[in-house]
Parts: sequence; C-alpha cells; structure tokens
Amino acid sequence: MQPAIAIHGLSKTYASGLTALRDVNLEIRRGEIFALLGPNGAGKTTLISIICGIVTPSEGRVLADGHDIIADYRAARAGIGLVPQELSTDAFENVWDTVTFSRGLFGKPADPAYIEKLLRELSLWDKRDSRIMALSGGMKRRVMIAKALSHEPRILFLDEPTAGVDVELRRGMWDMMRRLRDSGVTIVLTTHYIEEAQEMADRIGVIRRGEIILVEEKNALMAKLGKRQLTLTLNAPLARIPQMLQDYRLELSEDGGRLVYTYDNREHGGDIARLLQRLGEVGIEFKDLSSSESSLEDIFVSLVHSPS
Amino acid sequence: MNLYGIRAIYLFEMARMRRTLMQSVASPVLSTALYFVVFGSAIGSHMVSIDGVSYGAFIVPGMIMLALLTQSISNASFGIYMPRFTGTIYEIHSAPISYVEIVLGYVGAAATKSILLGAIMLATARLCVPFQIEHPLWMVAFLVLTAVTFSLFGFIIGIWADGFEKLQIVPLMIVTPLTFLGGSFYSIDMLPPFWRTLSLFNPVVYLISGFRWSFYGVADVGLPLSLGMTALFLVLCMAGVRWIFRTGYRLKS
Ligand SMILES: Nc1ncnc2c1ncn2[C@@H]1O[C@H](COP(=O)(O)OP(=O)(O)OP(=O)(O)O)[C@@H](O)[C@H]1O
Ligand SMILES: [Mg+2]
Repeated sequence: MQPAIAIHGLSKTYASGLTALRDVNLEIRRGEIFALLGPNGAGKTTLISIICGIVTPSEGRVLADGHDIIADYRAARAGIGLVPQELSTDAFENVWDTVTFSRGLFGKPADPAYIEKLLRELSLWDKRDSRIMALSGGMKRRVMIAKALSHEPRILFLDEPTAGVDVELRRGMWDMMRRLRDSGVTIVLTTHYIEEAQEMADRIGVIRRGEIILVEEKNALMAKLGKRQLTLTLNAPLARIPQMLQDYRLELSEDGGRLVYTYDNREHGGDIARLLQRLGEVGIEFKDLSSSESSLEDIFVSLVHSPS
Repeated sequence: MNLYGIRAIYLFEMARMRRTLMQSVASPVLSTALYFVVFGSAIGSHMVSIDGVSYGAFIVPGMIMLALLTQSISNASFGIYMPRFTGTIYEIHSAPISYVEIVLGYVGAAATKSILLGAIMLATARLCVPFQIEHPLWMVAFLVLTAVTFSLFGFIIGIWADGFEKLQIVPLMIVTPLTFLGGSFYSIDMLPPFWRTLSLFNPVVYLISGFRWSFYGVADVGLPLSLGMTALFLVLCMAGVRWIFRTGYRLKS
C-alpha cells in the first residue's frame, strides 16, 4: 500500500548555516499514529514544516498521499491538516469565523453542519461566538485543532498538541485522535510526554540532531529494548549474593533485604522459574515479589544519550 | 484555481475593515473634509481659478488621489504584515493556494476598500464644492488602476517591513510628500521651469494629472503618458510580488 507520507533524502540547512535535518528517510503508513520523539531542537518542527509547505527543503523529496509536496502542492496540501507548535491565532476573530476561514482557505465549500459537529466534539460549541483572545490557552489549542480539521484532512500533523492541556482534556484529545485514526486519518504526532507516545502511538521514530536514529513499532520497541526487573523482598537479610547465583544479574539492596533481578525482555524472560528454584535450593526465602517494566521514557533517554 | 481560498482571504480582510471602520473610512473622510474647509473654502475663495476650474474643484482629484495612495498602501501592508507578525501566516503557507491567489485575496480586498473610500470621498467633496466629471469611465479606470497598483505596492511593503515603524515609514515619509509635491493642490505648470522639470521625475504627478484630466479635461501631462506611467508602476509591483514568492523573501525560511 502506498504510504501516507514518503520522505527521501530530506535535508534542511537554514540561512543561518544551521543544519536542522540530515538525509532523513522515513515512511509514514496510512492510518497509523506515528509519534516523533526527540529532544528540543532535534528538528521535529522543521520536518513537519517542510512537509506542510511552511519551510523550503534544501534537498530531498517528500510525497504526501503520492503527491510531490512541491511539484503537486495543491493535491498534497489539500489532504493535510496541521496543528503547529506555536499558538498563533487571530485574536480579534471569533471561533466560528476562524474555523470557517480555514475550511475555505483549503478550497472546500462551506459546511456549517460539519463545523458545528467539529466544535461540539472539541467542546468549543459554547465558545463559537467568543473572540479568540478571550479564550484560555487550552481552548486556543483546541481552536487550532478545529482549524486543522476544518477541511477534513486525511493526514494530520500535531506538533505537541497537548502541551499546556489539562489531564482530563488530554484524555479527551487522545480519544479524539483514536477516533480519527479509526476513521482512516493518518496522524503524526510530536510530544515531550513520552507517556503520550506510549499510550497513543502505533510506531515511534526518534530524531536526534536532525537524524532519524530509530523507527520501530511501539510494541516491538518496548519488547526489544525494554528491561524488566523482578524484586524480591527477603525474609531474612543477606550479607552477600551466594556463589551459586553468580550467573544471574542480581543486585542486593544495601540493607540486604531485597534482591533485584534485571533481565531483557528478549533474552532471559524464561529464566525466572529456574532462578526461583535456585533460590529455594540455597535456602533463600522471600515474602514478597514484584516485577516492573521500563517505560518508553527510560528507553528514550538511553537512546538519546547513547553515543552515535 | 482555489476560488474558495481567495474568497476566504478576501472576506477575512473585508471583515477586518468592518471592525476598524472608524480608522479605515471615517478618519480619511474627516481629514478630507478638513482640507476642503481650509483649502477649498477659506483659502480657495481668495485664489484665482486654475485652467478655468475653481480652486475648490481643482483640488478634488488630488485630494482623492492622496487618500487613495496612502490608504491602499496602509490597508494592504497591514493586511499581510499582521499574519506575519502574529504567526498565523503558517496557515496560508500550508494551504493549497498559489501565490497569485493569495495576492488576489489580499490585494483585491485592499483595493476594494480604497475604491469604496474614493467613492465616499467623491460624494463628500460633491457636498462641499460643485464639479462635474467629464470622463466618468476614465475616472473609474484611473481609480481602480491606482487602487490596485498601490495595494500591490503596500503588499510588498508589508512583506518587507520587519516592524511597525517600517510599515508607517513609506506612506508617511515617501508617498505623502510625493503626493503633496505631485500637484494635489496646484498645477505643476505654476512652478518655475527647474522645479517643473524636477516634478516630472515624481511618479505621482502622472497619476494626479491623469485623474484630474478625467474630471475636467485639463492635464499637466498627456493622457497616454499618465496611463503609461501608472501601468509601468503596476507592472513593476507585479514583478516585485512575483520575485518575493519565487524566492520566499521574508516569507519562508
Ligand atoms: N527559522 C529558523 N532559522 C534558523 N534556524 C532555525 C529556524 N527554525 C529552527 N531552527 C533551528 O533548527 C533546529 C531544529 O529546530 P526545530 O524547531 O525543528 O526543533 P524541534 O525538534 O521542533 O524542537 P522542540 O522540541 O524544541 O520544538 C534548532 O537548532 C533551531 O534553532
Ligand atoms: Mg518543535
């Protein structure tokens, strides 16, 4: 199946001489939620801005729904919606007019029923006649989302959509993203809340200093790189780890009361039973046992800090 | 052709004018009325008529031209400067709309405003002094041509400007003086030869002369020259806009 977005050899050097993207190759699949993660200044916004026509690429080629974003920009852009990172709105316009404006700008005939549905879905219906400057930050963010969806795009870019949005609303937005995805919309999302990517994404891309350093299915990534830990609370403290258990990556807590076993999901997942058996053999008894899984956040931090 | 897009920009800009009705219509009308009281009635009553036209009537085309030029420039420059300033221009860039369509929307709206304003001022003037328009079609043609040309010019200024001061500087420091010196209140034939020749380098002279000719059939320079100079400036402005969008100058990084 043709990808929603295909990026080939994309580079960007700004007039200042700063290279924000280096030879980026990436395919976004149709109908997926793709989370683009990376530290501040990594090039996420630059990448999105190029695809949406706001920044001119220095090199390379991008196809959106099979349309070249430069040669065939009309067809490419008509299917794309963008919620930019910066909150920039026409302060003096009201909500209804500004959303209607966006739809027209993207070449679609007016459809008040659709705009009403959109505003209701984003809990903005009561605010439709308010001037944008009279809205709170979170409401403005939702107005930006309404503008981006006003022309019923097939591909949606969300550049940190939930920054400054309260918890309840964030969950509402996640639900909305899922509904959009289920209706066939492809979503590309950047976020600094790793938890959000973990919650929402089908695939994850990590960008660092303008280079894509990893693209993976979220689940595969978690399984591959995720570490698990098994913590045993012992009945009696140990002075040191017995010789017989040297083969295992075990750590003893300072007071000797807890034993921590760290293992990779892919390697020693099946070793737990044998470890517990060994413990029984050497006479170590425990009263409690808990396991934990490293989060995407841990994975992300270790990736971004690892030397290239 | 993205007609809905052009319409969206046009209506957005017209709505902005409705919000700022006082500033965009009332204030130029008021200042024009003041000019008529001072120059037309108070001073004009002591002036001889020029080329057989009473002084009060003589200054009507120049007055309208002055307002037309400054308003076209400030409307159009403000119209494109604001989205650049607030950042909402991202949406224009990301829309499936060509630069010609963008310009049609913004410049079309700015020109519409100035033409409306010109019509209102004409009506205001008619209340103050009696005059006739000999060539009404030419009058409308000059009005539209000038409004479009200077709205384009304003559009360029709105993209060039990187602060509110620069937005004001061109209309205030260049266009207004050129208009005053371009024969709004006098015929350049009244000047000594040296100043008269110098005036011919002032492009506004041709606009005012042509416009005044459409009213009274008298002109400082010939009609073809007036038309030609106006058209030349129009073409220059179009080339400027084209260059801006081709290179992304101050619009895209
Ligand atoms: N218009 C510009 N001119 C020059 N340099 C720019 C411009 N925009 C961005 N940059 C630089 O390009 C690099 C990438 O910026 P970008 O905004 O793409 O990062 P980001 O990944 O979106 O970061 P953040 O998480 O902070 O939003 C940064 O070093 C930034 O300073
Ligand atoms: Mg960013």
